Amino acid sequence: MDDGKINMTHGSGGEAYRSLIKEIFLPEFENQFILPMTDSAVVPAGVRVAFTTDGYVIKPLFFPGGDIGRLAISGTVNDLAVSGARPLYISVGMIIENGFEKEKLRAIVRSMAKTAKEADVLIVTGDTKVVETGGCDGIYITTSGVGVFEDNITPPRQIPMPGDAIIASGYIGSHGVAVMAARAELDFTPPIESDVRPMAAAVRAVAEVGVRINAMRDPTRGGVASVLLEWAEAAGASITLEEEKIPVRGDVASACSLLGIDPLYSANEGVVLFSVAPDDADAAVDALKNVPGCKAAAVIGRVGDDGADRGAVRVITKYGTYRRVMPATGVLLPRIC
Amino acid sequence: MIDVKELTAKINELAEGMRPTTVMEVCGTHTHAIMKYGIRQLLPRNIRLVSGPGCPVCVTSQADIARALTVASRKNVIFMCFGDMMRVPCGKQSLLSLRDSGADVRIADSPMAALRVARENPSRDVIWYGVGFETTAPATAAAADAALQTGVRNFSILSAHKTMPAALRALLGKGSRVDALLCPGHVATIIGSDAFRFVADELKKPAVIAGFGAQEILAALAIITAMIKKGEVRCVNAYPTAVTASGNEAAMKLLLRVFEPCDAQWRGLGVIPESGLALKGEYKALDTATRFDLFDNIHVPDDDRGCICASVLRGDAEPENCPNFGVACTPTTPLGPCMVSGEGSCAAAYAYGGSRV
Repeated sequence: MDDGKINMTHGSGGEAYRSLIKEIFLPEFENQFILPMTDSAVVPAGVRVAFTTDGYVIKPLFFPGGDIGRLAISGTVNDLAVSGARPLYISVGMIIENGFEKEKLRAIVRSMAKTAKEADVLIVTGDTKVVETGGCDGIYITTSGVGVFEDNITPPRQIPMPGDAIIASGYIGSHGVAVMAARAELDFTPPIESDVRPMAAAVRAVAEVGVRINAMRDPTRGGVASVLLEWAEAAGASITLEEEKIPVRGDVASACSLLGIDPLYSANEGVVLFSVAPDDADAAVDALKNVPGCKAAAVIGRVGDDGADRGAVRVITKYGTYRRVMPATGVLLPRIC
Repeated sequence: MIDVKELTAKINELAEGMRPTTVMEVCGTHTHAIMKYGIRQLLPRNIRLVSGPGCPVCVTSQADIARALTVASRKNVIFMCFGDMMRVPCGKQSLLSLRDSGADVRIADSPMAALRVARENPSRDVIWYGVGFETTAPATAAAADAALQTGVRNFSILSAHKTMPAALRALLGKGSRVDALLCPGHVATIIGSDAFRFVADELKKPAVIAGFGAQEILAALAIITAMIKKGEVRCVNAYPTAVTASGNEAAMKLLLRVFEPCDAQWRGLGVIPESGLALKGEYKALDTATRFDLFDNIHVPDDDRGCICASVLRGDAEPENCPNFGVACTPTTPLGPCMVSGEGSCAAAYAYGGSRV
């Protein structure tokens, strides 16, 4: 429904979001660095650096497992990390609504500092604006980040190769479900916690054991499904997942079935997907299992090498049947019964 | 319980030489589960599964949606509904587009949550959009009862609730191509398995009440296949862990105290006598339509989008037979309600790739 207006669907990371970027931003900002539409731009600046920016407008500001501050640091760190860069410096821009409680701001800032320390990055610059009451919803945060490419690490080409193993670094789908549950005031006891965390250490652990990484992404909005669909298209190959191998926490699986959501489409903020050479898959999983937040790391599928069903993503169920994974559609809404 | 492999083998063995048989399910969760588990891929060619009008969102009429949109856009109203009503299109609008343009439309997971919002906002008119079959109607009845008992005056109910047996009677009567019915397990937990006996006794079609796991669905299909093969016609409860013969009597008692049957318009099926639920007696005071005068003055946009929703809802056509399916009509740009709800036949067929696996 294009009525010439920006609506909530454009913010959901699905098809509408991508077509908005392609329609409005790319034609105006076009240059060789922005065009690949990757998570960080890689620009020449003496040394090769990765550079990224992201805005955070999450509701509620505090949710089980995290808050907007932890999210703002983790998100930018993760965008840098999956580009193959070592995240170093972060800038923070804040837009705060008149009347916002100082104690809440302090809690958010503390959480940012703690997360930055965890990720081994420095917050080096920032900006704060206050807008009139109603001008924004509490607080919006934008972070930008810079990372560098270290000599011993080759940045991935970001296109999976036929035959690659697809690895999830840990349990999927929890952030989306945690936030949805908090927003709808669904009182799950204990509450479902978001996975939000910086993932630079996980990426480094895999790279350092010499795994040939052909692509890596952090599957945020749109979830694992959206990344794999993009990968299948970019690789000109099919991707087949094994449902039983996909790590989903028990509480997340139950909530998903209650809310009528497929965990493959639910957002993650502490998961990295890797597409690696098949012979390196076990080494990658072993390396990940020692990293905090990654004990459930697993090979969840394969990139096809027979040239059939290019661009298709399929799931083999535990009954040996297949189903297709289709592009996510608009805002995730819980269903009726 | 026998596992999926054995059940699949059993069904395929039983179905050998059997006449082509069409089995209808009438529950959105069944539709979803059949697609998700790839059940059709396990069945022999002579057993065809079709989805009936089991998705409450899909069968809600254009007029009912128009009524909701009209009242939701009034000043001072907080309009609350289940999430999957949000995207149902009505003309160029939907509850989602109304919300984007500033109306106070909120998603709730239960009518009690809406009642809570009414208590917290005494100066606003809080409306609960009651949609669903016997599974969700008792919850609306409970909220109506609580509102009346505690004197919450700013709470009202826009009821588009419907009942399943009346629809099945209309659907499976003369001329129906359906041979057997996979009965909805959720509805049956409320109304009881006896409420489906008429399908066997009067309509002369095997009916099996089924749960929602792959095993439970296949077990029910095995029973149906065996009955067809032997020429038996019975109503069997294959979901006894959740369903009793008389159902949830407390829920039914509450339902019958708050609601009375009324004629209801179903999308694709027209008006089915006594198939809707209207507030009755003292509960009429909670009726949104009366309170806000939502009757003949409502503009109902033309429903002709070239969809074949009616045939899909009756099980006469597959979603992929519709010229709009996957082309003009996708979950991002749904034309018909069957594509809107995750439980709709078209959305389920699209989400799981339909026959394109």
